[in-house]
Amino acid sequence: MTKVTMTVNGKAVSKEVSGNTLMTEFLRDELHLTGTHVGCDTSQCGACVIHVDGKSVKACTMFAAEAEGASVATIEGMANADGSLSVIQQAFQDHHGLQCGFCTPGMVMTAAALLKENPKPSEHEVRDYLEGNICRCTGYHNIVKAILAASGQDVSGIAAE
Amino acid sequence: MYSFEIESPTSVADAVAALGKEEAQALGGGQTLIPSLKARLAAPSVLVSLKNIDEIKGVSVDGGTITIGGGTTHATVAAEVGGAYPALADLAVNIGDPAVRNRGTIGGSLANNDPSACYPAAALASGATIVTNTREIAADDYFEGMFTTALEEGEIVTAVRFPVPEAAAYIKFEQPASRFALVGVFVAKYADGVRVAVTGASEDGVFRWSEAETALTSKFSADALDGLSLSGDGMISDLHGSGDYRAHLIAVLTKRAVKAAA
Ligand SMILES: Cc1cc2nc3c(=O)[nH]c(=O)nc-3n(C[C@H](O)[C@H](O)[C@H](O)COP(=O)(O)OP(=O)(O)OC[C@H]3O[C@@H](n4cnc5c(N)ncnc54)[C@H](O)[C@@H]3O)c2cc1C
Ligand code: FES
Ligand code: FES
Repeated sequence: MTKVTMTVNGKAVSKEVSGNTLMTEFLRDELHLTGTHVGCDTSQCGACVIHVDGKSVKACTMFAAEAEGASVATIEGMANADGSLSVIQQAFQDHHGLQCGFCTPGMVMTAAALLKENPKPSEHEVRDYLEGNICRCTGYHNIVKAILAASGQDVSGIAAE
Repeated sequence: MYSFEIESPTSVADAVAALGKEEAQALGGGQTLIPSLKARLAAPSVLVSLKNIDEIKGVSVDGGTITIGGGTTHATVAAEVGGAYPALADLAVNIGDPAVRNRGTIGGSLANNDPSACYPAAALASGATIVTNTREIAADDYFEGMFTTALEEGEIVTAVRFPVPEAAAYIKFEQPASRFALVGVFVAKYADGVRVAVTGASEDGVFRWSEAETALTSKFSADALDGLSLSGDGMISDLHGSGDYRAHLIAVLTKRAVKAAA
């Protein structure tokens, strides 16, 4: 066991972990932050995407010990300080960007990383950036629309398919 | 996963010492190693994480040579080599997805030498030099077949040096489920000749297509390849494509790469 110390959604945390403890296990089982989902556990689906030092990573394919000293953000930290939904989360609700919601935490975290890098992405750029996030329900169309809307672009011309 | 400890040294010297322990293994970005640990395909007692070693990270350009630290992520290569070597940046930006690119490293990719990985094609087509903690290895001597390289146990890829070509392109026919190359062809034109490296196809891993190199060295144009073909024998045959299909794709993609580079 080794001790790891990091900040998660702005709060300092310190815990003993085994070398083989995955970041998903650390967040879900140790910190009880179960918003980070595990869809595949094989780095394919993106349901587990979190931010480590501002960069999107798949939490199922990273060890907790590798986050020593890092600043980690999860879906639980995405809402505004007053508890209202963030712009991206609100856009997912407004544009029906989710159905069962399983992929949504990863989608929102990936969208947040995209908009930080590229505040006004094209539809093609959004689809390209979502390459590692799989959704079994929506057909992606409304997810793409929600992200474009969250970037402040007019999506009224994009027909719902 | 079996249990193991993780160490995170901050220098190559400390990492080499840590790798000297029984059953120790290097951990780069973990994007290949962690899935294989989950599948219990490896049972290290210690993982030596390379991520805190600043001396093996980053990109530098010096005249006609780009040096990329072995611990440099695909995302950093994509962001930083575009000016000097656009085809290499284009290759990096099409590896996996953004989250994979934020962790996976060039050293990990070259150490792993997956027969469908992208970087081996770039290194071989560019005549790159793989620099380790003990020596320098020419790409032509480095790749020794599927998942096999000239690296010794505990040897760390500290950097990769790419001579910048006059023109180059990488065309990847993506296997949509894995996002690896079903077949990928890297063509690079240098003053002393053209090099063509093929990944995803051969059962022996990445290889140079010498007939295409000869034809393209005398005339750098897609029609110089007319009539050239490879046999499907010795090509990977799986549910995604037969050996013959892969052999056919190589010829098609090489032409596309030449058109994209010219
Ligand atoms: C969904 C997905 C899609 C992908 N798509 C592609 C793709 O399209 N093309 C592609 O090329 N790759 C692809 N990859 C693989 C990716 O590029 C990996 O990052 C890479 O193959 C391994 O690099 P790593 O740093 O993660 O190494 P690790 O997984 O940490 O290590 C791999 C091996 O290399 C060794 N090692 C690591 N670093 C070093 C070093 N510096 N020196 C010596 N040995 C070292 C380790 O001990 C281990 O044996 C994909 C991966 C995923 C999960
Ligand atoms: S659970 Fe991590 S990518 Fe699917
Ligand atoms: S909303 Fe159900 S998987 Fe995406």
